[in-house]
Amino acid sequence: MEKLRYALFTGCTAKQSTPEQMMSTLAVADKLGIELVELTEASCCGASHLQDYDEFLSLVLNARNIAYAEKHGLTMVTICNTCQLNTAMTKHKLDNNSELKAKVNEKLAEVGLEYKGTSQITHFLYAIIDDFGLDKIKEMVVTPLSQFNIAPFYGCHNIRPSELQNETHKTPESAYRPTSLDDLIIACGGQNVDYEEKNKCCGFHVELQAPKTAAILTGNAIAGAMDGDADWMVTPCPLCHLKLDTQTHHASEAIGREVQLPVLHMQQMLGLALGCTPAELGLKHHVAKVDFV
Amino acid sequence: MEHTITTQKVKFKVFRFNAEEDYLPYYDDYEMEVTSEEVVLDILNRIKWDHDGSFSYRRSCRHGICGACAIKVNGRSTLACKESMNDMVELFGNELVLEPLSKKRAIKDMVIDKADFWDKHAAVTPYVVTDVDEAPEIENLVSPHDAEALDEADLCIQCGACHYACPVVEVNDDFFGPAAFAAAYRFEADVRDESESRLMDVNQMGQGVWDCVKCFECKEVCPKEIDPIGKITKLHQKLFQEGKAESNVATRHAVGFIHSIAKRGVLDEGGLVLYSEGPAIVKHLPVAFKMFTKGKIPMPWQLPKSDNMDEIKTLVKSSTTAKF
Repeated sequence: MEKLRYALFTGCTAKQSTPEQMMSTLAVADKLGIELVELTEASCCGASHLQDYDEFLSLVLNARNIAYAEKHGLTMVTICNTCQLNTAMTKHKLDNNSELKAKVNEKLAEVGLEYKGTSQITHFLYAIIDDFGLDKIKEMVVTPLSQFNIAPFYGCHNIRPSELQNETHKTPESAYRPTSLDDLIIACGGQNVDYEEKNKCCGFHVELQAPKTAAILTGNAIAGAMDGDADWMVTPCPLCHLKLDTQTHHASEAIGREVQLPVLHMQQMLGLALGCTPAELGLKHHVAKVDFV
Repeated sequence: MEHTITTQKVKFKVFRFNAEEDYLPYYDDYEMEVTSEEVVLDILNRIKWDHDGSFSYRRSCRHGICGACAIKVNGRSTLACKESMNDMVELFGNELVLEPLSKKRAIKDMVIDKADFWDKHAAVTPYVVTDVDEAPEIENLVSPHDAEALDEADLCIQCGACHYACPVVEVNDDFFGPAAFAAAYRFEADVRDESESRLMDVNQMGQGVWDCVKCFECKEVCPKEIDPIGKITKLHQKLFQEGKAESNVATRHAVGFIHSIAKRGVLDEGGLVLYSEGPAIVKHLPVAFKMFTKGKIPMPWQLPKSDNMDEIKTLVKSSTTAKF
């Protein structure tokens, strides 16, 4: 197989509140022989909030990020569901509205850039599944996670809206019956836990303005996984990870039940199965202690 | 091309509850041969007509117009008269669970009390507010261009699919919900409307547009493809554009991104929370301390910065269209 190369859009959290996500992404890419060219020029995607204030600016900034991936002639790979949504949504809007694309390019021209629409955008989870292949992953597993019940938590912005899924991913999955994370858990040798909340919202985006709502949603998600007898949870979204890992005190208070589980990034789970060390995967950076390795 | 009707066996688990008789709900099981021609409403009819005449549900137009027959299939809000059984089986397999839109609001089987939905609809002033000339000389015309601004929000049939799929409605009884916001947008976008209060009504903290979790459930389930979350975003933007956005944690959070991006390209996460919360940031200190001890909060001199910041600063300056 030809070596896979992607332009890596890290997003903001991988360089700050989830450093372990950056570490584990690089460790896993190294194990799989995937080359990641980091887009060091990229800015924040606006995280689903900037467009509430200024949609045009949000489009311009995201188009600039994609333009850098195009300069490399590579598919952009994201490691955050919300970065994935905002970037893919920008691409969708610009590729389907030539007038808007021209307006955005007028701005980008001021800094010598152009959005062409030539780069695809995918999340690392889907790059692994669609491009690398689960069969190859299975062959490379050196430490099967067979003793663990693992609860997948998909995060909204990878699975909804479906129309974006359908046009972005080679094998789009259902918003109501997603399978990618479950398939990856199984490929790593683990047992996937099925529970109602696995494709629900964690509440991250209203953490500041509606903390009670956010805490209940977080609590329900962890409680669902615990009731499904999960040993730990796994997610492809660092924002979901932050809610599920760091907000358990508020979540427990909100739903009147003690809830806490280790919550691993998708890359950390895969890394464990591929034989990466806990240090390489940054497992010490979790608030809900990862004490099973 | 010849059209072939196929059949397949499907197991149904059907929610049953009579508020006048039952303390708790229960489920009845049915197994049926389902044809490729049928929609979910056909199954509800067959349960009532062939199995149990006491089974209750709402239905009326059968053409996706009245919105009466919305229920949940395997947890997904669905307009029963529009949703094909083939699609449901393809999506969920041959075992389907039929439930009312909201189990906690069930009155009898699939029939729910939609009072909360209608109360919230009424609360957003769902009509054009304007002085009416009772003897106009010409029609009060709306141009196609102006009508486009409604962005098809007026196609809402108020079935409640999005409302009862919304995770915030589920946990916060005060939250207006996506359908009410779509209605608010529909009349806000109407060039004839002169309401002074509607936009401020949905601007409230605790129930208003700022509490949307941006999960896209409402867009996903809407049988009329109205995209309620798109309308919520437009209401956010309208509040800023019309200078009606009050300075609160939600509005500052949206605006704070620009400050952070203009300064560092990537977010200064701590700085954004400080800008959004102001002095109330102290309530986050216990969590922040835990995160700090785990290496999840960098020191100020370790904060990342995008390369080519001059480009980002130029674009922020030249492309910003909003003011706060």
